[in-house]
Amino acid sequence: MNRELIVHGAEWTEKLLFVYPNEYIYWSIQIVMYPYMTGLVAGAFVLSSLYHVFGQKDLKEMARFSLVFSLALLPVAMLPLLMHLQQPLQGINVMFTPHFTSAIAAFGIVFSTYAAIVLTEIWFVYREYFVQQTIALQGIEGWANRLKRVLYHILTLGAYSTDPAALAKDRKAIRIMAAIGIPVAGFLHGYAGFIFGSVKANALWMSPLMPVIFIMSAVVSGIALCMLTYIIIMEWKKLKATLAKGRGDESVTVIRGAEMEVISKTARYLMMFLVAAISLEILDLIFRGYTAMKSWDILRSVMFDADFAKIFVLQYGLGNALPFIMLLLPGLTIRRTAAALLLVLFGVFMMRWNVVIGGQAFSLSFEGFMHYHLPIIPHDMETFKEGLFGALTVAATPFILFWGLNKILPTLTLEDR
Amino acid sequence: MSCSRRKLLKSAMTVTLAASLPASAFRFLSPAECRAATGTEGTRWGFLIDTNKCVGCGFCVKACKKENEIPYDAPVTRTWVERYVITRDGKTHIDSPLGGRDGFTDQKIRGEELVKPEDIAKTFFVPKLCNQCENPPCVQVCPVGATFQTGDGVTLVDRDWCIGCGYCIMACPYGVRFFHPVHRVADKCNFCYHRISQGRQTACVDACPFGARRIGNLLDQNDPLTRIIMTEPIAVLKDEYGTKPQAFYLGLDRNVR
Repeated sequence: MNRELIVHGAEWTEKLLFVYPNEYIYWSIQIVMYPYMTGLVAGAFVLSSLYHVFGQKDLKEMARFSLVFSLALLPVAMLPLLMHLQQPLQGINVMFTPHFTSAIAAFGIVFSTYAAIVLTEIWFVYREYFVQQTIALQGIEGWANRLKRVLYHILTLGAYSTDPAALAKDRKAIRIMAAIGIPVAGFLHGYAGFIFGSVKANALWMSPLMPVIFIMSAVVSGIALCMLTYIIIMEWKKLKATLAKGRGDESVTVIRGAEMEVISKTARYLMMFLVAAISLEILDLIFRGYTAMKSWDILRSVMFDADFAKIFVLQYGLGNALPFIMLLLPGLTIRRTAAALLLVLFGVFMMRWNVVIGGQAFSLSFEGFMHYHLPIIPHDMETFKEGLFGALTVAATPFILFWGLNKILPTLTLEDR
Repeated sequence: MSCSRRKLLKSAMTVTLAASLPASAFRFLSPAECRAATGTEGTRWGFLIDTNKCVGCGFCVKACKKENEIPYDAPVTRTWVERYVITRDGKTHIDSPLGGRDGFTDQKIRGEELVKPEDIAKTFFVPKLCNQCENPPCVQVCPVGATFQTGDGVTLVDRDWCIGCGYCIMACPYGVRFFHPVHRVADKCNFCYHRISQGRQTACVDACPFGARRIGNLLDQNDPLTRIIMTEPIAVLKDEYGTKPQAFYLGLDRNVR
């Protein structure tokens, strides 16, 4: 097809009844990924702050882990935006000429502030470790070790003191950074909700509850992902040791798997935020039905007809209610928790999908519908970027980054001081 | 009467110079051209659409696509015409094939629904274009300021600065914005700013054989457009969004979306 005739969005949009000529699903899978990834970042950070700020001792195990994980997720929050932009090379203009009446313009500033806070906090958490490593690696042969030592040497930033007074100062700094970080993480994700909630042209998005709903579900997804990754890593280690040395070996019993106590306590926080998120969403829905504004007719037909399965079965049923019951039932096991966490993550993803794609499922004319067909097999750059594989790339990146970060900042082998 | 050689040469020179001056130096300027030449002060562009006069020929859409270099066969357009068929059972049937570019020659709505003539209560055409809102949501949401409002009230897009995020497209309640297939940045009707700022009419106004479209200066009390807007019952599209649209309609039906 002639390149001149390829209209962005036409590829995956199917129009039904009357839709304005220029209407297409312009915000597709990457805009679903964007709040999802930002939510995971914010949620992971909030989880670590619960320990550092509020001294929730039960979260001690998770705190360091989720902090480093939120760093791994951070660059990935930006990735879907870049993949979605029609002019990615001009994307930096947001930093040059931020137009502050736009919610997106705050992105550069909030995002950088947040990155600075996460990096600072991580530095304080790991400073002692950096110093220890610099000393431990001294004089050890091999270029890899030398390189590692240089790296840790640089990372200490010249602060070598590890006496109790200095470490106490570190802890204080961690608490301060974590405390500042909570509102910033909330803001980072709240404004992602604001981006949608403030679009008055879109009947589904426009709601003052949107930022709050986004924050709540962000925390839910962040906690769920941290817990799940923690379980997988711990169990994998155990499995590896068992395979290497045989089940009966003594050293295997010493290796800790995922600890049920850590899991069940973190799960309690997860459920609290889950209840908050669902209540707000239901409130929003009831309010729309009760006030029955002009847009209600079309919204109702989208929610209860076209998208019924996606909203009520997949999101609320499979993604919220089922895992909630699974976590609540007595006799919680690691395996059941892991399954519930997967469902929670899926539920939050469906919520993002139903907001972003669902918000474009009907025409601005309220007289027609648009169906979204996710491009699966890419045949050009656009169908890759805004297709299944683009989304999978975004979803896989944080794990690759986390794996790399873990080489420098071990999150699970270290005894927390 | 005596005439020195010197005087003769002098007069001849003057006459030659005067005769060689181009006639265009004395061209009469239209009021619009005068205004355009003196800047945007005192100008607020507005548009008037008379739905009673529109026959849905689609000449405006054709003219717009060619004038503004929107790929002719691409399914996006800066202006379009909608056909409304209201049947006796109160149902509204709407379509706009290719934005109404080739007119409405098929009796079937969207090529599928055939409404029987005896069932039709009323039918009419509604041309649409950018409303050049007084309070444009697209300008508000642009994260980089690539879309902006000029002093004379027209909202434009800076193609060199747009990042293509699509937020403006999402923010427009009228669906007038789209991604330009070639430039891959946001695009919209700009009232043919390159023409109106030279004192000319927009391409669609020029192309309309029935005078259904007009453009004028809302700040000029003597402008025919302003006079109609001030003295006749007019309506705007979707004023509930608080955008203060500046494209006005004569004979706007309540079924228009």
